[in-house]
Amino acid sequence: MLDELNESNVTIQVQNLTKTYGPHPALRDVSFQVQKGEILGFLGPNGAGKTTTMRILTGFMPPTSGSARVAGYDVFYDSIEVRRRIGYLPESVPLYNEMTVWDYLDFCARLRSVPERDGAIERALEMVSVGEKADTLIGKLSKGYRQRVGIAQALLHDPEVLILDEPTIGLDPKQIIEIRNLIKSLGGDHTILLSTHILPEVSQTCSRVLIINEGVIVAEDTPARLSARVGGGAHIHLQVAQPAPEIPGELEKVRGVLGVRTKDANAGIYEVEVNPGADRRAEVAAMVVQRGWGLLELRPVTLSLEEVFLKLTTEEETN
Amino acid sequence: MKNIWTITVRELKAYFVSPVAYVTSAFFLAVMGLLFALILINGREASMRGTFSNLTFVVLMIAPILTMRLLAEEQQTGTIELLLTAPVHDWQVVLGKFLGSIILFLTMFIVPTLYYVLLLALVGSPDWGPIASGYIGLLLLGASFLSVGVFTSALTRNQVVAAVGGLAILLILWLADATGSFIATGAMSNVLSYVSITRHYENLIRGVIDTQDILYPLSMIAIWLFLTTQVLQMRRWR
Repeated sequence: MLDELNESNVTIQVQNLTKTYGPHPALRDVSFQVQKGEILGFLGPNGAGKTTTMRILTGFMPPTSGSARVAGYDVFYDSIEVRRRIGYLPESVPLYNEMTVWDYLDFCARLRSVPERDGAIERALEMVSVGEKADTLIGKLSKGYRQRVGIAQALLHDPEVLILDEPTIGLDPKQIIEIRNLIKSLGGDHTILLSTHILPEVSQTCSRVLIINEGVIVAEDTPARLSARVGGGAHIHLQVAQPAPEIPGELEKVRGVLGVRTKDANAGIYEVEVNPGADRRAEVAAMVVQRGWGLLELRPVTLSLEEVFLKLTTEEETN
Repeated sequence: MKNIWTITVRELKAYFVSPVAYVTSAFFLAVMGLLFALILINGREASMRGTFSNLTFVVLMIAPILTMRLLAEEQQTGTIELLLTAPVHDWQVVLGKFLGSIILFLTMFIVPTLYYVLLLALVGSPDWGPIASGYIGLLLLGASFLSVGVFTSALTRNQVVAAVGGLAILLILWLADATGSFIATGAMSNVLSYVSITRHYENLIRGVIDTQDILYPLSMIAIWLFLTTQVLQMRRWR
């Protein structure tokens, strides 16, 4: 019973997906699930297999082996049913330059048999704030507007599943924030899979991250837990006014401190590695004050998603 | 059906904002006017037969130009991804685009030539039968040439390559007839003259309506459109 309930909450189910282009494998045995209402970030360097995975899910190309189901339908055998339920923004935004924004969205709405087209188009335009450009030729729009018209096209039929390939590329910082907020607000009602190679985007919008490199999933977790897990022990950043050569040695005597690295001897900057789970900031601060080294700065360092990402993707290469 | 029509309408709108359709139509009408005038002055006969007969090669040249954009451009700009991930079957995409090119051919190329028929009716008393069957023939000829163009447009993302490829296939089919009569005897000759498009067209402009002459271009259209759909599906597998 419980299993059945869980099953019905899985909107995207990918199993052992492999795709090869000639001899070169673009995806190798990729499996993951996306729950209903979840926003999953798909993270990886260019050419890692993000676009390939999305193209398989949207029915643009079949996998070499493995299977995928979206909203309960197989992407290969029930492709049309799957496509009805997906809003898709491809990496290169599919726009017809000779059409106006309105005509283009009207064409997309007709292709998807959207009832009450005018209302749907107005709503989509408003969501991406492109309303004032409705009668402009797409060929005359700037990159940011083109990208947003592409997003409007994906939202038009209020799909169950949104697949967005690099949704914020080409937008200016203000627009990026708007679109991220839009995506966040769409989560819950919609299941969203978005790809990006911009890390803050993932930590800001996604509830879960999937890191893919060279066609293989190398990590899968929440952004916060991923940072903690890959970070290993916790680190403390310490700066003192009077640097001295004996400082590292002395600090290592504090209980729970695993090691001290001198980062800049002249400026008195050290990095203290402590047992994960134990907060040793108070003890370290006490010693610095006691010895009269002059405490200037002391703060915990968490590994940013950038560092996690680099660590995971470069480890893969050295193996 | 609704999906096909949606695609057809978009194609037609795209045709009318690009200069290609206008330029090609102007070229076609100019050549046809010249042919019509020369043939009428020399023959002094109230008939379209001579004009129709000489049009084959002109239609052969313009058809790939009208179709080169249809699928090649979508592949070039990436909009093909929109069509192939929309809840629309591949054959509906192909048929929608093909219909768009036929409607363009009908409105910008065939309908304006009715003016010449009107001229004939004013100055003489033409035999309407061959003119009507000739127009049916011209439409079928155009449609089968356009279907070849749709096919080559699916093969490449380069519009020029699509046009030249279409022209090459059409020239080969056109020459099949000549080759057939060159070989002169045997089954091979019969096969070659049967696959020749012009042979069936010639029958129609003479005013002879044989089902074979209607079915041949129709089956040719079906085969090329089927092949186009296969090419689109193969693109997915890459």
